[in-house]
Amino acid sequence: MTRADQTEAQVRRLLHDPYAPIPPYLAERAMARGRRVLRRRRVARLVVWVLAAAVLIGFAVWVQIADPFAEPPSTTTPDFDSW
Amino acid sequence: MTARRRVAQERRRAREFESFVAGAAGRLLHAARLLTGEDGAPETPAAEQLLTIALAGTYARWGRLRGEDPYEVARSELIGRYARTAWRRRTRTAGVLARLTPQERMVLVLRLYEGVAEEQTAAALGLPPERVGAILWRACATVLAPPPPDSSAGSDSPQQPEPATP
Repeated sequence: MTRADQTEAQVRRLLHDPYAPIPPYLAERAMARGRRVLRRRRVARLVVWVLAAAVLIGFAVWVQIADPFAEPPSTTTPDFDSW
Repeated sequence: MTARRRVAQERRRAREFESFVAGAAGRLLHAARLLTGEDGAPETPAAEQLLTIALAGTYARWGRLRGEDPYEVARSELIGRYARTAWRRRTRTAGVLARLTPQERMVLVLRLYEGVAEEQTAAALGLPPERVGAILWRACATVLAPPPPDSSAGSDSPQQPEPATP
């Protein structure tokens, strides 16, 4: 056993746990909190999807109304040289 | 999925989680107390809160574990939560690890209390493995060093004796 191993073993003994009572209803409290976390995540996901859908629908409606991709009316007339 | 099946699944998950907590809580709670410096104290509110939050995160991941060891998941939740909140914790002057920094505490608890290998500890803390070895060595030296004569004097720079070379 090297000196390093001895040192580690000594510290490990210090870390050894004496008996300590588990707080009551620990699992129940953790589960309640975990469910809240899941619900919050679900709501956040839903909000993101609803927003994305709203943006998409809004864009589609705007395209229909404003027709922004139509070629602009030409501002020059073709050359006219001969009759 | 029908409502009935969902209720049944929820119930099964709760049963599994409760039996997991019954088996693992003692060990995890002591790890939490070592981290918060409440080992040996009669009241351990910070450690209990840390553990509750870590277990809540574990429960939130329970349905998507896919063969992962739930104990390892809970331990990584505990360490991660402690790492994120350590900066605003009051440095406590009690416990075996009283004179250690949060990082030294995490390394010591993972390596010596939990028996996690150096590589996995390094991966868990985002450090190179050699750093983990060095931090562990320094932490051991600090823990085993005799307490400073005046314990009320600045504890942020404890006298560190030269660690014995292996």
